[in-house]
Amino acid sequence: MQVVLEDVGYAYGDLPVLDGVSFTVGEGETAALIGPSGCGKSTLLNLVGGLLEQQGGRIATMGTVPAGCLNPLTFVFQDFALLPWRSVAGNVALALEHHPLGRAEQEARIASVLQLCGLTDFADALPKQLSGGMRQRVGIARAIAVKPAVMLMDEPLSALDAQTRELLMEDLIAIWARERTTTLYVTHNLSEAVRLADKVVVLSRRPGRIKRIVSVPVPVNERQKPEHIGLLQQLHDELWSLIKAEAQVADREMQHV
Amino acid sequence: MSDPAKTPVSFRGAGFVPGTRRWAPWLAFALIIACWESASRLGWLPSLFMPAPSEVMNALHALLVDGKLLVHIGASLKRIVSGWILGSIAGVTLGFLMGIFVLARSVGLPVVSALFPIPKIALLPLFILWFGIGEPSKVATIALGVFFPTVVSAFSAVDNVPRNLIRMAQSFGLSTRMIVFKVILPGAMPGILAGFRISTSIALILVVAAEMIGADTGIGAFVLAAGNLMQIDQLIAGVVLLSLLGLTVSALLSVTEKIVLRWR
Repeated sequence: MQVVLEDVGYAYGDLPVLDGVSFTVGEGETAALIGPSGCGKSTLLNLVGGLLEQQGGRIATMGTVPAGCLNPLTFVFQDFALLPWRSVAGNVALALEHHPLGRAEQEARIASVLQLCGLTDFADALPKQLSGGMRQRVGIARAIAVKPAVMLMDEPLSALDAQTRELLMEDLIAIWARERTTTLYVTHNLSEAVRLADKVVVLSRRPGRIKRIVSVPVPVNERQKPEHIGLLQQLHDELWSLIKAEAQVADREMQHV
Repeated sequence: MSDPAKTPVSFRGAGFVPGTRRWAPWLAFALIIACWESASRLGWLPSLFMPAPSEVMNALHALLVDGKLLVHIGASLKRIVSGWILGSIAGVTLGFLMGIFVLARSVGLPVVSALFPIPKIALLPLFILWFGIGEPSKVATIALGVFFPTVVSAFSAVDNVPRNLIRMAQSFGLSTRMIVFKVILPGAMPGILAGFRISTSIALILVVAAEMIGADTGIGAFVLAAGNLMQIDQLIAGVVLLSLLGLTVSALLSVTEKIVLRWR
């Protein structure tokens, strides 16, 4: 399924945060959304996911919903958003319980995603018993349990330490290789964007406008190979040069808020 | 160049660590009772106004043997339980409505804030006029006293359920009803149970006050009658009973919290 954004704008009261944003995330593609703090990245994601009401422009999905999909537009949250009173399996079940699945299929789905995310042995654990990385794995397992058409990931690794982030990036690449889900991935981490995305959408500082869309011309599963590291570093530097000056201005603006 | 002198690093992080000693409260109680008993036996405390703990225990035993104790406790418990359940159900319901619906919050918050500070016992004479001197007026006083703190605690508890959990549930397509029962209710439970601690204490205060104003049975009535007859050992026995009742309720709530909030 594709996601098409046309001339999307948004304002919180008198404060415009997005202006004339247009781009498309292709079928099975991962698009990273980067930009300075406060440029409207998360707002855009919430608009695409229907958690914010659209004010201007048009956001649409195109294509058929995959078989077995229960929630076409599915979020993975920065703060994991796990119910602390439910076990790992219970948190995944929350996304399934209100759908007319048989008990057997619900349990099969839960078992399958827990295995995919390396959580089988933690099915009965409570979130408080897990590390940050494992909690986010639960968030990802919950998202893929509904077989989404589009994954909307809001800085999913930013609350994690650097080593856990590396591990989870490898997990995400493995999951995407299997699921091929269209993904819109918000991050402030350029390395993450270059490592995971097929294309990087660069937003300007507030109000966020598209500054550039940069393709990453190396298959995701080959980006760790030594022959590509130079090119990827060059891309990283190019992206940084695009947002550095604006990030500095945004940083000073934020301090005055 | 010679090695600089080695200065050992001394530990300076002692103290200021929160902790408890399980034996300390028992020892403190035992000491207080022992001092009280000794002071009475040495004649430092006049037994007419402050009988020894042993005399209070004898009075309690006598009350238990002649069956009066159970009659008074039974009457008080019946009033507390009925009033508390009524007030809690109404309070939790209104608190939830105020926490979830903007209109209910807009109307409910100022009304509750305006009525909350009224000492509810002051309304007992009005309730006696409305419902008569019997049980309903006392139950209504307790229910009203329980209702207001319960509304406030339930409303705050709902209001404090992390918004990100509600957004998550919305993003997975859960209906409003499901969000209320699967996210908000369990998320608000710690706050609601904390509110129950306050409301049970208020119920205990109000039952005693109401029974002192117009009742033949109940611990409040018993304590008042004992005071009027200068039966101080019985009066203190009644106060000890109230303390034990409060401790029992608190222990029951602790057990409930351990079961319901075992995820914390």
